[in-house]
This record gives sequence, structure tokens and C-alpha cells, in this order.
Amino acid sequence: MKKLLVANRGEIALRVIRAAEELGIPTVAVYSDADEQARHVSVATEAVHIGPAPAAQSYLNTDAILLAAKRSNADSLHPGYGFLSENADFARRCEAEGICFVGPSPSAISLMGDKAAARDTAAAAGIPVVPGTLNGIESPSDAEEAANQIGFPLLIKAAAGGGGRGIRIVNTMGELAGQVVAAQTEARASFGDDTVYLERFIAGARHVEVQVFGDGHQTVHLFERECSLQRRRQKLIEEALAPNLPPDVRSGLTAASVALSDAVDYEGAGTVEFLFDPATNEFFFIEMNTRIQVEHPVTEFICGLDLVREQLRQAQGLPLSFSQSDVQPRGASIEMRINAEDPANNFMPSPGTITDFELPLGPGVRISTPVKAGSQVSPFYDSLIAKIIVWDVDRMAALSRARRAMRELHIKGVKTTAGLISALLSTDEVKTGRYDTGFVERWLGAQEKGSDQ
Amino acid sequence: MAYEIKSPIPGIFYRKPSPDSDPYVEVGSKVETSTVICLIEVMKTFHEVKAGVPGIIASIEADDEEMVDAGQVIATLETDDNGN
Repeated sequence: MKKLLVANRGEIALRVIRAAEELGIPTVAVYSDADEQARHVSVATEAVHIGPAPAAQSYLNTDAILLAAKRSNADSLHPGYGFLSENADFARRCEAEGICFVGPSPSAISLMGDKAAARDTAAAAGIPVVPGTLNGIESPSDAEEAANQIGFPLLIKAAAGGGGRGIRIVNTMGELAGQVVAAQTEARASFGDDTVYLERFIAGARHVEVQVFGDGHQTVHLFERECSLQRRRQKLIEEALAPNLPPDVRSGLTAASVALSDAVDYEGAGTVEFLFDPATNEFFFIEMNTRIQVEHPVTEFICGLDLVREQLRQAQGLPLSFSQSDVQPRGASIEMRINAEDPANNFMPSPGTITDFELPLGPGVRISTPVKAGSQVSPFYDSLIAKIIVWDVDRMAALSRARRAMRELHIKGVKTTAGLISALLSTDEVKTGRYDTGFVERWLGAQEKGSDQ
Repeated sequence: MAYEIKSPIPGIFYRKPSPDSDPYVEVGSKVETSTVICLIEVMKTFHEVKAGVPGIIASIEADDEEMVDAGQVIATLETDDNGN
């Protein structure tokens, strides 16, 4: 690896550039019109302008990015997360152009990117999947037949839906036929496609994901992250390890994740996502993300490893610098995502100029942010402006440190989720580690009700 | 009476719900208070802008996929209340 182009922006571009610098690898940043003043541009060894502000014309513009790589003589490319990170065609084009794509093989990306194929692969590897109809159901009588296998309550989901839209809960067989017809009608009107499918509804489910890493010779897991504190499927706070996870569930989840990775000859960093039902201790595969994730630092903290450095090593054909028995989780880590959004106004994005920006410091606090006082938060990209990650010797100490760090944080000029994050850290559910994926929305609903009175 | 519809947020203005769809409204379209007239994309989220009052669309002041600012007029309409 002679020179690395980082095909991303924001905090993850900085994260990758820093890892490369530490390995002595020169870096090329790319930037749009909106990011001329961005931190990732000034920190990289060199920088190439790739287009106008809208991502489709810059950070998603594969021609412009590959041209930037050619012109700067970069021989490798790190995609970060989002944008082109899980685009198998782009990974293939990099290969064809002789540029090393830092990530898994294009075939692993496309296999895991196809929901149905990923589910089939997991099931074939002996990993439980959420019971449901794999394909769309045609008629109410098909639905009734399938429901006998799945059980109630179940969900009717629009195939073209997503992000929580186009989902209905059905509690009894008596309601099913009518709800299927209504769901099909709604799906046709909302998404232009009336395909719906059924899936078991797991009330009180938690979102637990396992970090894996493969180097072509061995696949290791780096334990799990708990990501149930989310709103509309957007994660707000993540932690490692997952609290109150029975040891046999942990060993089941991690073994399943390694088995799935081996089934697809996975190389590089990946994450296997599961729904975990604390009532029954069952877990079900949801999907595999074939990239480095936003919340990777909590895993790095408890394992004492640098995942991006390992990615860069793996891309050079070097073996992992550790083996499974070296991975001994220690202490607890929590990540808080600070987004430029207004929780008081239905989480409306809040672009603008940051006037004050005071970050927490002190022991056990790690910050990843691309902005400072005076920075513009652009309306063109996602709303993440800072990640605050803490580590401490155990979960109670880490929570206390997290609350202390949040008290030190002061941001003015744009609205942020900081106040909400602080409030969540003080709830009994978070303190005791007994929360599920519905907790944040129930809690927000209760707050709203309370403030109306 | 002429009424100005303003964008509540900065972002990218879209006249259509998806690239293959018809525009939400055209000049001359009759709209109700809750009729959606455009989408504004900001930070990867899409926000519908509604007419706010009933009337007839008199003009559309922004181009499709153009960047607009908060408070910028994106369309005008003739209200049918004749000022009553």
C-alpha cells in the first residue's frame, strides 16, 4: 500500500486518515464543494476535489472518485461507512482498475447485501433466522397457511418499505385476512408495489450485533455490541459488552457470527446483526454489514485493538495481528452519537453554523468529530457531528463517566441530540441495562404526554 | 390574495415524490391546506412541505433539485377567500 484514497467525509474519513498516517501510509482526501474547509481535507497528505455538494455528484460519483485515485496515484481505497462502502459494483470496478478496495470481496458484499440471499445463507449455516415468509404472499389464504407456521403476534411488512414504514402488527388469525388486504392496498399506494410478507413479531426484542474480522486464514469475533437504544432504527447510544446477556447466549451469538463469516469466506471487518429475545433467550440473524461501522470504537475500547488499522493490514495481505484467544474484553464502553437534530421538533435536522463547541476531556474519553467552533453543518450530508466514546472498568463506572462527559459538552449554534442523550443515560432502564429496541420511542412518547399536562 | 409558501428548512427542493413520479403540483393546481407541494431533502431525510392554505398554485419559484434556504419562497398561490 503506497497511497490510500479515503472515499468518504466527516468523522469516518478522519478516522481512516489517522489510522493510515500511523502506519506511515500517505493519504488522499476527496471533497465536494461543501467540504472545502473540512477537517479531513486539511489532515490528509493531499486532497482532490470531486464535485458539487450533493452526494450523488461527489461522494457517490464513482467516476470522479476513481479518476481522483488515478490522478493522485493512489493504489488503494478505503470507503468508510455509508456512501460506496457496500456497493459491490464499485468494489469490482476498483479491482478492475488495479486499486485495492479495503473491505471484503465484491462477492461477499453482494451476497450479504441481498436480504433474501443473506437469510438463506445464514439458515444454511445453521443460524436461526426470524420465522417468516421468505417471499411475498399472494392471497389472504396463503397468509393464513403461513401464519400457522409463524405464530402470533406477527408483522405484515411491505417488501418495498423500510426504516419502520409499511409495517402492521397482527395479533390473531381472525384479523389476518383483512389486514393483509389493507397492507397490500397501502403498500401499492405508498410504494407502488403491493408485495407484502409475514414475519414473527418479537415483542421486547433487543438489537445485538457481533463484530467479526477475517484475514483469509482465521476468522475471529470481537464480542458484541448492544444497539437497542434507537429511534426509527437510528442508533443513539451503543455499548459493549451487551448488558445482562447470558453467557451461553453470548457464546451462541459469537459462534454463529464466525460460522456465517466462514460460510462466505469473509475477509476484513464485518458485523453480524441479531434480534435477541430476552424473554426466551432466542436469537435470530437479521443481516450482515460488510463495512466498518459507526459504533466500532466501543469494540476497540473493550478489546484494546484498532479495527481500522487491522483493515489496512488485511488489505495489504498481512495476517491479523491477534488471534481469538488474545481477545479478552475488559471493562465497558459506551458511545453517544451527537446529531444536529432538534428532538423538540420531531428530530428535524438542524444545519447551520456551530458557534460554540466545547468537548469533554479527561480519562477514558475518546472523541471523533469533524467540526469545531465556526464550522458549518451542511444540509447535504448526515447529521452526525460528534461521537463521544467512554471506557471504564465496569458498566456502572462507564455510565457515570458518560454522564460526566455529557455535562462537559457544550454546543451552540445548531440544535443537537445531546440533551436527549444525557436524559437517556439517567433513566432506570439504561442504568440497569434493561431496555429493548422500543424503549426510546416509548420513553419519548411518555415525555411528550407528561409535558402536555 | 397571493400567498407565499416558504421552505421551513434549508435543503434540496424536489417537485416530485420520486424521480419517476409526476410533480406534486403544477401552476394552476387546486390545493387544500394539507396538500403536499414539494419535498425538501436535508441531511438525508425528506420533509414534505404542505400548502398551508387552500387555493390555486400561481407560480413555482424554485427549480427541481435546486438548493433552497430556510424562509425562501418556493411557490405562490392565489387563495380563494378573496380576502374575507
